[in-house]
Amino acid sequence: MATTKEITIGDINSRASDVEGELQSETMSLNVGPSHPTTHGVLRLKMELDGDVVKKCDPVLGYLHRGDEKIAENMTYNQFVPYTDRLDYLAPLSNNVAYAMAVEKLAGLQVPERCESIRVLCCELARISSHLLGVGVYGMDAGAWTVFMLTFTEREKLYTLFEELTGARFTTSYTRIGGVARDIPEGWLGRVLDFCKGVLPVLDTIDKLLTRNRIFMDRTVGIGKISKEDAIAYGITGPNLRACGVDLDLRKDKPYLGYEKYDFDVPIGTSGDCYDRYLMRAEEVRQSVRIIRQVVDQFPEGSYYAEDAKKIFAPQKAKVLTSMEELIQNFMIVTEGPQIPAGEVYFEAENPKGALGFFIVSKGGGVPYRLKIRGPSFCNLSILDKLLPGHYLTDITVILGSLDFVMGECDR
Amino acid sequence: MAESILAQLIGRFDYITERASSDHLAINCPADHLLELCQALRDDFGFNMLIDVTAVDWDVQSPRFTGIYHLLSTSKYDYLRIAVDCLDDINPTLPSLTGLFAAANWHERETYDLMGIKYAGHPDLRRILMWDEYPYHPLRKDFPLAGIEVPLPAADVAERTQVKVEPAPMMGGPFVSSGNGPMSQTEPSARDESWTEQKEKPVK
Repeated sequence: MATTKEITIGDINSRASDVEGELQSETMSLNVGPSHPTTHGVLRLKMELDGDVVKKCDPVLGYLHRGDEKIAENMTYNQFVPYTDRLDYLAPLSNNVAYAMAVEKLAGLQVPERCESIRVLCCELARISSHLLGVGVYGMDAGAWTVFMLTFTEREKLYTLFEELTGARFTTSYTRIGGVARDIPEGWLGRVLDFCKGVLPVLDTIDKLLTRNRIFMDRTVGIGKISKEDAIAYGITGPNLRACGVDLDLRKDKPYLGYEKYDFDVPIGTSGDCYDRYLMRAEEVRQSVRIIRQVVDQFPEGSYYAEDAKKIFAPQKAKVLTSMEELIQNFMIVTEGPQIPAGEVYFEAENPKGALGFFIVSKGGGVPYRLKIRGPSFCNLSILDKLLPGHYLTDITVILGSLDFVMGECDR
Repeated sequence: MAESILAQLIGRFDYITERASSDHLAINCPADHLLELCQALRDDFGFNMLIDVTAVDWDVQSPRFTGIYHLLSTSKYDYLRIAVDCLDDINPTLPSLTGLFAAANWHERETYDLMGIKYAGHPDLRRILMWDEYPYHPLRKDFPLAGIEVPLPAADVAERTQVKVEPAPMMGGPFVSSGNGPMSQTEPSARDESWTEQKEKPVK
């Protein structure tokens, strides 16, 4: 049935504003994820589109929520180490280190220099591995398949090194409270240096393929800009924050593990767009190689666990089997957990994705009373509902790729 | 350094007290002064980054819930921990920091989701990790590790499949010692925490 509508002719401007609501185009809701190659895991985006332009975005999380914090309250400190592998599962070694350091801070433990050096190596190798994948997948998101093949090959070599060091390629669980699980294997440092030598030419190739690539630049320059103020307000950390021009790297500004001994530069971006975020990661890999070379150069002798960490660090297997004292110690650590004093502690480490923090409340004993994990990806993603609106749908892929998040530590 | 900030803070705000901490400077603040304090910390003391928001459930103790905030100064690279007790144990409420720090939005949603603390003034206080209809707050101490049986989030799927979200089997561990007591009773064991006749469900 036809309907008629009466319009009184009067002032043209007021008439125009009357019908403005009717002229608005219809928006379309689009659901991306939770299982979609763009979302690098199980992030889900509920979006309102006006044509090709995103009007509203509501990220939905929790598809990978495992209750890590609840689990932590129910097991001893060392038992939780494997769970930290699964936070940022692209850099498990640096998660292990961050967690162990938080507990050691609570226990007032100082690990020996050799252990620190091993841990720095772990962190930086993990950073390289994470950034290689980050850049590779990002390139693929923007249509550059070759880069992914190159970085994945390099990452595979790293995984061989990890396997030699920890016995596992992926779920490393390498650190213990007060040290690391085992000393480095013979000749391993040499193989790390070989890797460093091999990765630099690959980085140059990636540089040639991406940095001045017209298609890549068209898709990333000026896209997904985050201002300095926004980045700080949203608590963004890591390369994503530095791309916005904020000079904050905990390795430099709050040095831990003896990072102050090493000479390295922290790349800072200018515009905070997707392109800058790529540049940050590419440069950080080079800086990590620099750090690794210095660590290997001045690799200290000594032991890989804190000798004074009795009742915390499990004694050597050979000693457990032969010595009464160590047997008792081992028994106490296994049954009651390492005895950690009461207190509250918050420790953050500069991980590949940003600042991974552990807030631990202890009432004494072998089990944390409360353990809160601050996942950098969680904070980095919280800006999405502000960042995405106004962009084209095709840019979403690139922006998500540039943020380089991992849902394992976002959902915990 | 940390002491001078503390002295300045106490000189300016007489309601704050120092809190025991194993590392960074930590202060206690009453809930009704939190916004004022955080605004001053952000604007005058340089603590411009809200790093983390969380809460601790002290179980039997009262006040039961304590909100914990971590601030970072991006100029001095100092951390500051603020602890705020929730006066109400049944309906814990804290003022929302979303007006001061955009980061507070998701952090407070998470704390609300897992701990059940309501943030007054939050623009969009929905669950973030669990699904919207989930009835419990899992990080509370009275929530069992195994979980509680609840219906599936999608009602149509639940009806068709007759499947529910079930508590996890705990036979495989974690094996935890209960801590204090004679050795014979503190042997590490897997806790079976599913709900029984002896143990009631917590209040929603």
